[in-house]
Amino acid sequence: MRSLISDTNFNFMGRYRAFFMVSAAMLAVAILAIAIRGLNLGVDFTGGYTIEVGYEQPADLNAIRAALVQAQLPDSQVQAFGTSTEVLIRMAPAKGDGGSSAKVSDEVLRVLSESSDSAISMRRVEFVGPQVGEELREKGGLAMLTALFGIILYIWFRFEKKFSIGSVLALVHDVIITVGVFALFQIEFDLTILAALLAVIGYSLNDTIVVFDRIRENFRLMRTGTPEEVMNDSINQTLSRTVITSGTTLLVLFALLLFGGKIISGFALALIIGIVVGTYSSIFVASAAVLHLGVTREDLMPVEKEGADMDAMP
Amino acid sequence: MTNTNPLWKTLLLAVVLLVGVLFALPNLFGSDPAVQISARSAELTTEDVSRFSKVLSDAGFTDVEVREEDGRYLALFDNEDDQIRARDVLADKLDPNTYITALNLVDASPAWLRSIAAPMYLGLDLRGGVHFLMEVDMGAAIDTAEERFIPAWKRDVREAGIRRTSIQHTDGVLSARFRDVADRDRMLDKFRDEGGDLDFETSEEGEFAYITANLTEAAAEEEQRAALQQNIVTLRNRINELGVSEPVIQQQGLDRIVVQLPGVQDTARAKEILGATATLEYRLVSTRSDARPYKRREDGSTIMLDRDIIVTGDQIKGASSGIDQQTGTPAVFVNLDNAGARRMQEVTQDNVGNLMAVVYIENRIDNVEINGELVKKVTKVEEVINAATIRDVLSHRFQTTGLGAQEASDLALLLRAGALKAPVQIVEERTVGPSLGRDNIRQGFLSAVAGLAIVVVFMAVYYRVFGIIAGFALITNVVLIVAVLGALTATLTLPGIAGIVLTVGMAVDANVLIFERIREELRSGTAVQAAISAGYDKAFSTIADANVTTLIAAIVLFSLGTGPIKGFAITLCIGILTSMFTAIFGTRVIVNALYGGRRLSALPI
Repeated sequence: MRSLISDTNFNFMGRYRAFFMVSAAMLAVAILAIAIRGLNLGVDFTGGYTIEVGYEQPADLNAIRAALVQAQLPDSQVQAFGTSTEVLIRMAPAKGDGGSSAKVSDEVLRVLSESSDSAISMRRVEFVGPQVGEELREKGGLAMLTALFGIILYIWFRFEKKFSIGSVLALVHDVIITVGVFALFQIEFDLTILAALLAVIGYSLNDTIVVFDRIRENFRLMRTGTPEEVMNDSINQTLSRTVITSGTTLLVLFALLLFGGKIISGFALALIIGIVVGTYSSIFVASAAVLHLGVTREDLMPVEKEGADMDAMP
Repeated sequence: MTNTNPLWKTLLLAVVLLVGVLFALPNLFGSDPAVQISARSAELTTEDVSRFSKVLSDAGFTDVEVREEDGRYLALFDNEDDQIRARDVLADKLDPNTYITALNLVDASPAWLRSIAAPMYLGLDLRGGVHFLMEVDMGAAIDTAEERFIPAWKRDVREAGIRRTSIQHTDGVLSARFRDVADRDRMLDKFRDEGGDLDFETSEEGEFAYITANLTEAAAEEEQRAALQQNIVTLRNRINELGVSEPVIQQQGLDRIVVQLPGVQDTARAKEILGATATLEYRLVSTRSDARPYKRREDGSTIMLDRDIIVTGDQIKGASSGIDQQTGTPAVFVNLDNAGARRMQEVTQDNVGNLMAVVYIENRIDNVEINGELVKKVTKVEEVINAATIRDVLSHRFQTTGLGAQEASDLALLLRAGALKAPVQIVEERTVGPSLGRDNIRQGFLSAVAGLAIVVVFMAVYYRVFGIIAGFALITNVVLIVAVLGALTATLTLPGIAGIVLTVGMAVDANVLIFERIREELRSGTAVQAAISAGYDKAFSTIADANVTTLIAAIVLFSLGTGPIKGFAITLCIGILTSMFTAIFGTRVIVNALYGGRRLSALPI
């Protein structure tokens, strides 16, 4: 057997209050970052234009800015996107830009191709009207809450109230910290990042449930031992699996980050942060919270017929 | 003995594998660039088909694979240069008023496979194209419906002999002003008798008495529903005229329409045609006192036209563009419907020698800022493009000049496709160019393969033979996802590929859970067969719980639903379900076949 981790016996739960402090500190930084710096929302949520243009030679960003200003187009942000031959232009929605509403993007492409010596190619145009942006913002928030609520119900139904609280605390913790990183480094936050956050919720919970399942099983099997000891044993027993699964998932996400191109890199990054934080939180937030809430053996003894985990061995 | 496979389990796995591979197979063949021809009306005949083939062979395209599917003629080419060249030749040689020529991408797999399975449909972010979300101006639709009552009301007032009234529609309200309450009350009953689902109100202000009216709520809703449906029909006609293959046109919500045009690069033109409201109106030039002033396009001078319209654009049922034989200038040839033709005949009969004007009408929507809020404002632009002496009695078919060549052909297209019942505005646009589409496919494929390879190698090293079995399950899982996507004709997007990559990372979790359990059992001294059995059994409820919660998140994502995100949710959902089958059922069948039912002292795990 090749093993990275086996027969560990870390005392995770003994110092859970210290880890609460670590989590509190991370949360504080994240919340401050969100409050002070704010999120760098993409056009999906703010409304406006994103235009990606490909040049044959490295593009002169200053010349592009000058051309746009001269054409009296709305204020824009011009930056290289991934490589020096690709340029990303972001603009706020324009006034009087109605009728064939996405007109500004055509105008930008025309101005740029006129001001450039070599041929340019339109790679991507995204226009989101201000109202649509607002709707997507609302819908996004709603989706997040719906997912959280659905999961609380499921955990409550499958486990017990304290576990439900513990897992939701962990999820909120993961989401806030991940969003905090995006605020701190001002990485653009768009719809795909939101999708990644929902996937983080799913993953983080996945992790938490594996640990919870083992805790429940051990409470039923082990007749002796304090709750703290039972939980420590459970976490140690699942530690190898936790590390390997997080490891393989992180590996594929790094593949996505490296090879998937610039459009998907924010998505991969959000998932990477979320999975690291989610793995940490299933032990130090979810499980620790369950212990802190005073879980007892009686909480988990099968009340009705729920003995699937203890079926007869052959 | 434990851990033996009943025959049905082995068979089930074999059948699922076989069907999965078969359904995933078309994706290996990719797609070929093609030119697609369909007839504007009626079906393609065998003569049509042989004519197309002759045009192609005359242009030097020999050995072209030709297919006839769903009333379309498809010619397949090896590369895009040939495709574009062939399209240009065909478009040049064939009458655009009879045939629609478009570029398309078609399934390149052999015929026997095409009859069984289809490849995944690639989203716009992978194949390139444009996505529009259009909002229908419902206020305008209701205004138009209310304005329709004005002529009837005016006639009523005239017939009742009441004078000095004013009937108009302003600020979204239909109103009539009278000199006294008695007149007003008399007309109120008349107006009610006119029918129509109106809510009436009366008021007095100063020396005047008023009737105001609006469509009832039910009628307004009906009007909006009809406007949306009519607009969808019109947009579909216009898109067909543009020659776009496989467009998507769908209602979204109560006042929006999603339009997706794969492969369209000239978005400026697409926007122009889709949003265009241009139409024609025919009026007599008038010297009467109640004539209305219009602007002439050529010199901006004013010309007075009769208040009554002879024929509107709605009564034009066919149109084509061409060159006027006499002047050599661009012209639009229009065909009127029967009612329009009768009216045109009556009017021209009585007015031979008089002038008739053609009015070109366009609605422009602008966002104007009022008190810091962006508000939509519709401006109606009306220009007289032509005023000529009526030489002869006109009826069904006649021509109009006074436009530029491009304008004439656009107008003919718009008149053919029908008018939008209410103006539309693009509120969201997502366009992906062909180069980015290709990059996205390449990068998505690369990251998926790299991710899969890393995980498979890791598992094989860490769990040895069991790891290889898990790797096989992972690859099978990807094949099944691809097969299910193809079978459901679901769309694969770039986030969808990310979903597959993520599934690969997470699907392996089930096997890790099972294998770690088996190791634990072995470590604690359980016998081999019992350890395998216990490992699978004990891990099952954990795997199920973990997957159900991810599934909840994925379903919520799906319902949040804008295009690319939906693609992520779909592959995640499918991936979770197929991984349960491959990672638990699939590996168990293989493990049983390799190690089950024998006395073993160790396992390669």
